[in-house]
Amino acid sequence: MPRFQPGDAVRVVDLHKPGHVRIPFFVRHKTGVVERHCGAYPNPEELGHGRPGLPPVDLYRVNFRQAHLWPDYAGPAHDTLEIEVYDHWLVPA
Amino acid sequence: MPIPSTVPPTRFSADAIDPNRPVIEGHHGAEYYALMTEALHKILLEKQLLTLADTDRVIAALEAPNVTWGARIVAEAWRDEAYAQRLVEDGSKAAAELGFKIKEAKLVVVRNTPSLHNVIVCTLCSCYPRSLLGQPPWWYISKNYRARTVREPRKVLAEFGLELPAEVEVRVHDSNADMRYLVLPMPPPGAAERPVEELIPLVTRHMLVGTAVVAG
Repeated sequence: MPRFQPGDAVRVVDLHKPGHVRIPFFVRHKTGVVERHCGAYPNPEELGHGRPGLPPVDLYRVNFRQAHLWPDYAGPAHDTLEIEVYDHWLVPA
Repeated sequence: MPIPSTVPPTRFSADAIDPNRPVIEGHHGAEYYALMTEALHKILLEKQLLTLADTDRVIAALEAPNVTWGARIVAEAWRDEAYAQRLVEDGSKAAAELGFKIKEAKLVVVRNTPSLHNVIVCTLCSCYPRSLLGQPPWWYISKNYRARTVREPRKVLAEFGLELPAEVEVRVHDSNADMRYLVLPMPPPGAAERPVEELIPLVTRHMLVGTAVVAG
């Protein structure tokens, strides 16, 4: 059972993992809304080091308001961005 | 081929917080891997673990998928609303109905409407539905496109010749992990009554990424 459901407010934490991880800096510490649960996948932060990355980690698509991600965003307030975030990078918001 | 001059290493956090940091293209470091790949290929051939025909076969398989495969899916969706809904519900499954197997990941289809325009980018590398559309175009891989599409999508789209009114929501999809994305563009007038063969050539690669819309 995934920890979050579509519509849930979530915040991306900063795990300070070294190297090329999948969670870009521009969404860290930002709050968004879960759009869907994508399934569970081996953790890429483990796969990248030749480990199996199991058990699989829940993956979500999270929708953010652009104006929240970029305080100087030039477009209208309803513009958004969606990105995939693994469960361990999320906390309830 | 000359390698572009090296750039100083950057602190990654600086990338995120300094909007004025210039976008720098280049493949510094890649020459090492290119050389290693070539050397390994040569050794495998010498040891007869691989033949040139094997390499050709793999390259042919990589080059087979192309824009018309994605266009076929879009044309079907334009003609059949029930199919369009199945496509949005489960992209991989709906693509498989037409015989297209998305091998590398799950396919997510995002649908444009009069009030929503979707555009795809992979900020971290160049993730793209390659087993459906083939290799991504050069601009999709460029750091310029990757860095700016998340930050100033309307400006990037305008540079592609697509000016969207403020009433339309622009939704950027960062293809950063285990999904791959395809945009379902809005159909031209009367699409539902036109044969698939007539619709397929109307769909461009730009439309499938969201950097263009159907003309007219």
